Amino acid sequence: MNIYLKTLSRDLRVALRNPSSVLNPLLFFIISVSLFPLAISPEAATLSQIASGIIWVASMLAVLLSLNALFHHDYENGVLEQMVSSHHSLPLLILAKITAHWILTGIPIILLSPLLGVFLFLDEAGIKVLMITLLLATPSLSLIGSIGASLIVGIKNSGMLLSLLILPLYIPILIFASSAVSQAQFGLAIDGQLYFLAMFLILSLMSAPFVSSIALKISLE
Amino acid sequence: MSSLNIHNLSCQRGYNQLFDKLSFQAHAGDILRITGTNGSGKTSLLRILAGVSTAEQGEVNWDQHPVKSDGYQQEVFYLGHQAALSGELSSLENLEYLSALNKTTEQHQLIQALNDIGLKGYEDEYCANLSAGQKRRVILAGLFVSKAKIWLLDEPFTALDPLGVEIVESRITQHCANGGLCLFTTHQDSALANQKILAL
Repeated sequence: MNIYLKTLSRDLRVALRNPSSVLNPLLFFIISVSLFPLAISPEAATLSQIASGIIWVASMLAVLLSLNALFHHDYENGVLEQMVSSHHSLPLLILAKITAHWILTGIPIILLSPLLGVFLFLDEAGIKVLMITLLLATPSLSLIGSIGASLIVGIKNSGMLLSLLILPLYIPILIFASSAVSQAQFGLAIDGQLYFLAMFLILSLMSAPFVSSIALKISLE
Repeated sequence: MSSLNIHNLSCQRGYNQLFDKLSFQAHAGDILRITGTNGSGKTSLLRILAGVSTAEQGEVNWDQHPVKSDGYQQEVFYLGHQAALSGELSSLENLEYLSALNKTTEQHQLIQALNDIGLKGYEDEYCANLSAGQKRRVILAGLFVSKAKIWLLDEPFTALDPLGVEIVESRITQHCANGGLCLFTTHQDSALANQKILAL
């Protein structure tokens, strides 16, 4: 457990001293969402209909953008080798890195979402559900993303490959999360969608660190 | 006496068979220098012994603990080609994390370890601002405070000045006199006494 906290605080410290790596995906998130009203229509009726979809797609792409850096630096500088050869459990170390990634991308996205929701005329019920779905599903995005990031860690110019590997796994989350928000806007029940997102989170929490650790070991061979 | 047993180890990289059915035994107290031309498999052998990569075939164990088991890995310190440091962290922060990953003596010895290796005054300097030799010294400080019995050093003298080389050699001698085991590769002349040679 101690090594989990140490890895977490190390990763947070490294990221905060190199803020551009953290800020780039968030700026992408804000800019891409704020371009939609300019391109489609500034009318409240139109925007509130598509708001949940826009915010969810943009947050997914922002997470995808940040995933490349998850293992890349530690692979380049050899810290990953030290992690593999240490006696600590590699899945635990990876879980700490994923947690750091979620704190640096997932949480800011959740905190920014109400602001962008207001910007797109999402009503109060919609914003509330949007935040709940983001809270439930952004950890899954980081967890599943770590599998892709660990598979491509040794490959140069692999941005497209990562999207191809990871996006299909993100699609169910996108469908259920954005349908939860739009149903909440009409006052319909959303229990089913939230249960699905929670199930997805538990499933990825149980499997992703282990799958990533195997993939990382293969990448380091 | 504890010993590192290597039995029938084979390693292949691409189409090249680097070594085949390699067997040897190294006992606690041995200083084993691995020699060979470029591409003969020195690094591959050390990476296999460190549990980072896997051999095609064969067994490695230390006192009945097979490689990649916790009992084996906590006795190993692997020093690879790369510095294993983050440029955004200071020498001391890097050393703290490095020693958290490995089985290590008390944390308060870390500053002392940096002093001993000639980095006094550089504790809070970001590693991005250190020279190659100074970076090497940070990770060597991590090696010297670790409790690992088996030292696997891939070109430990790279980028070090003569004084640095002398420090490392005396530490290796001391470690092995205290019942440790050291396997290393180098292309430089090494003045280590009692070193055994393993030619690949």
